[in-house]
Amino acid sequence: MGDNSLVLGHRVSEWCGIAPVLEEDIALANTALDLIGQTQLWLGLAAECEDRGRDADALAFRRDVWDFRNLLLVEQPNRDFGHTMMRQFLFDAWHSLVLAALKSSDNSEIAAIAEKSLKEVTYHLERSSDTVIALGNGTEESHKRMQAGLDRLWPYVGEMFLTDKHDLIDVAALRPAFDELTNDVLRTATLSIPTDNFTHKGGKTGARHTEHLGHMIATMQFLPRAYPDAKW
Amino acid sequence: MVMTKPSINQVWEWLDAVPDPEIPVISLVDLGIIRGVAWLNDALEVTVTPTYSGCPATRIINLDIETALNDHGIKQVTLKRQLSPAWTTDWLSEKGKTKLEEYGIAPPQTAGGPSQCPRCKSPQVEKISQFGSTPCKAQWRCTDCLEPFDYFKCI
Repeated sequence: MGDNSLVLGHRVSEWCGIAPVLEEDIALANTALDLIGQTQLWLGLAAECEDRGRDADALAFRRDVWDFRNLLLVEQPNRDFGHTMMRQFLFDAWHSLVLAALKSSDNSEIAAIAEKSLKEVTYHLERSSDTVIALGNGTEESHKRMQAGLDRLWPYVGEMFLTDKHDLIDVAALRPAFDELTNDVLRTATLSIPTDNFTHKGGKTGARHTEHLGHMIATMQFLPRAYPDAKW
Repeated sequence: MVMTKPSINQVWEWLDAVPDPEIPVISLVDLGIIRGVAWLNDALEVTVTPTYSGCPATRIINLDIETALNDHGIKQVTLKRQLSPAWTTDWLSEKGKTKLEEYGIAPPQTAGGPSQCPRCKSPQVEKISQFGSTPCKAQWRCTDCLEPFDYFKCI
């Protein structure tokens, strides 16, 4: 959970200062901020459980690509604004369902982080759904770009629903709810859902990330790696 | 010398005088983020919940609480972070909501948007963006007086 929000949070923050319009720039930066805030909670808890003297910053800035356990979807590059918002929508839909399930976790700390994050993510989902609908249903150009984004990202959807032995919840069981939610929005957005269900995998297990993650991490980790005593 | 412990009510009053660092017109108590105040032997424990998980003001808020209480003679202050129940705008005080509106920020409404323009009071308003200058605000505009304004998001 922490690696997903960290990687997507960093990706979204790459738009800061260069988004198409000021309002979107602010919205993207705020979304990134929420995700980084959630990262601090998840990685803080992970560091505490691990009990090896590392903190959330150490987990974020001192691990290498193969130690990251994020979904391949979130490490995909931003490309254009439409692509960024499609990635956000697919992730938000999954994220909201997972957090709703983790909210009932027996572990009170996990339940509390999920409860807190869910409020923010519900808001993210509202915005990304609205944007996907507005652009899918917008001009010929915006429709074309949203469809291209969906086609390119669809092969990364399947990985979000592969349950493994480390999962606290059965993520595969959330797929019908995800399909219902996304079908509804994508249909309203006049977009066609790809029929090929081939899925890339390896991000969540750490076995095989895409080449994009290493580049992203190099930028993200540069400062604390180059100046280990830097405080901010 | 034995220190006389200020009463819990007194501490709440002091905390109600600590302004929110981003929206100084309301206090931390108005914002509803102080969830508890209790004496644990000689240390005062203040339970604080964050508004948004990534809100950069959280650190400043903690510092401001400590400084204010130290200034009132309480030397040992422990801050406890509480995530659950998650902060909701339902916890904003009525006094806080009135002050927000007077300041030009439309207070949260369960309907999901501001009921009127905080300046000219016209109900003719439209959303510019779901997000604004801080995590807790969105941007709206009045279609009568044409002024843009902040709306305190309802969560």
